[in-house]
Amino acid sequence: MNTRPHRNPGPAQAESPDTATPPAARPAPRPTARPGAINASRTAATAARVLRQLSHDPRTIAMMILIPCLMLLLLRYVFDGSPRTFDSIGASLLGIFPLITMFLVTSIATLRERTSGTLERLLAMPLGKADLIGGYALAFGALAIVQSALATGLAVWALGLDVTGSPWLLLLVALLDALLGTALGLFVSAFAASEFQAVQFMPAVIFPQLLLCGLFTARSDMHPVLEAISDVLPMSYAVDGMNEVLKHADMTAAFIRDILIVAGCAVLVLTLGAATLRRRTT
Amino acid sequence: MMNFSTSPPPPPDPASRAAHEPAVRATGLTVVRGTRQVLRGLDFTVPRGRITGLLGPSGCGKTTLMRAVVGTQAKVSGTLDVLGRPAGDATLRSRIGYVTQAPSVYDDLSVRQNLDYFAAILDPGRAAAERRHADVARVIADVDLGTHADALAGNLSGGQRSRVSLAVALLGAPELLVLDEPTVGLDPVLRRDLWHLFHTIATERGATLLVSSHVMDEAERCHRLLLMREGRILAEDTPDALRSRTGAETVEAAFLHLVDEAIAAGAQSQTGESSRDDSSRNKTSHKETVR
Repeated sequence: MNTRPHRNPGPAQAESPDTATPPAARPAPRPTARPGAINASRTAATAARVLRQLSHDPRTIAMMILIPCLMLLLLRYVFDGSPRTFDSIGASLLGIFPLITMFLVTSIATLRERTSGTLERLLAMPLGKADLIGGYALAFGALAIVQSALATGLAVWALGLDVTGSPWLLLLVALLDALLGTALGLFVSAFAASEFQAVQFMPAVIFPQLLLCGLFTARSDMHPVLEAISDVLPMSYAVDGMNEVLKHADMTAAFIRDILIVAGCAVLVLTLGAATLRRRTT
Repeated sequence: MMNFSTSPPPPPDPASRAAHEPAVRATGLTVVRGTRQVLRGLDFTVPRGRITGLLGPSGCGKTTLMRAVVGTQAKVSGTLDVLGRPAGDATLRSRIGYVTQAPSVYDDLSVRQNLDYFAAILDPGRAAAERRHADVARVIADVDLGTHADALAGNLSGGQRSRVSLAVALLGAPELLVLDEPTVGLDPVLRRDLWHLFHTIATERGATLLVSSHVMDEAERCHRLLLMREGRILAEDTPDALRSRTGAETVEAAFLHLVDEAIAAGAQSQTGESSRDDSSRNKTSHKETVR
């Protein structure tokens, strides 16, 4: 998609006498790249770079991984007297945590990439937009796996979260949610001019979904207008999917529909996010 | 400064047949930002294998011109060919090194990690690891940051960070280097060393350099100059020719002379029916030689 030239080379160019004589030495060319194609090496290098940046910031990593666990622990004892409520809300939260964390981390990371000039530099280099987005998705996806595995393990084995289905399916939904969070974060960072604005997108984009996703009350009990809105918000399906795993031993058709919708939304928003990465800016 | 080339023997280069062509050729180059014309129908060339200095006061359009050449500027009209391709062409991305005015590197990575990453973008794949390693070592030596290679970029001084940014642009031996004020904030010794490096890159590697500056004494170090003012090219010549033509001692004096002439010509054409550049061109004889 990046192969077409931006402008026509123009009409025939007249040879004009030039004062400089070119040197005989020929420049050693940089390795030529096939532009446009997704390059696995560049994507992996980008993912490694993002993780390397994070590795210089151990406090952020510790917070990303520990806070969901602490929240689940807190929740377990908040609902000390009603374990059924803990099951339902706990399972939903296992899907919501990665979404929120990855949304925040990605929106700030991409904003920094935009404001530091490194995005402009990368897009002036033979890096495909898909390589960049893929690299971010890989790096944060890996982090989300660690975060979700710890949170799910803690909830299921230590806190007695009672799931009928496989905990692996909980993990799968959590990973897709993380991907969705990364996609949303990447997308909104294009509309944020500063870190202040980027952080404000969190209540703007995440809170409505949190209220309408069925965490506080069943979606069918909401006002019909709100229920209709919740039907088009992706987090609703993330929570529905978690609840399917909670209640059913096997993969139900509803579960498969839910995860496909979450994955589809993630891909759609990632594509929209890619469109906000401009090689040419004013 | 050390300079050792570890690049593999170059494969047949389709660009070499156009070696007599200038590296950059602009005809009627116009850039609009918002409602303002930042570049107003520029005609100029940048010869290959030479250092061309782009000089002019802040805000005259130097950065916009460079961004147009690199292909990151939107709303460009006119003809702009770079290394035989239209500017912004995808195949140019690995052939041009670009240094922005503000250092664009990752503050939370070390110097070497920054370079490793950008090298992996330019020359990807495990098979190229050896070559990348040597390339990174070469550019670290080029910008004299060997003792800081493992320091976080964010912990370096401003001048050091801008040298990291320059080192990134030197990766992979680009054919065209576009450097936006690369020596700002550097001490005299480093500035001399960097200009020495620029000359080495031009003469030994045959690369073309387009270097902007608003420090006129750096003009003397360039092979050719493009003097800019208010989105127009005021003059395009060698430093010697500019001085002798204007009878000035220094390039700075020559520039001021040309500015005064342009203002006078502008005032004349204002009284006429048109204020367009074309009308003033006929009234000042030097403009003909400029083009």
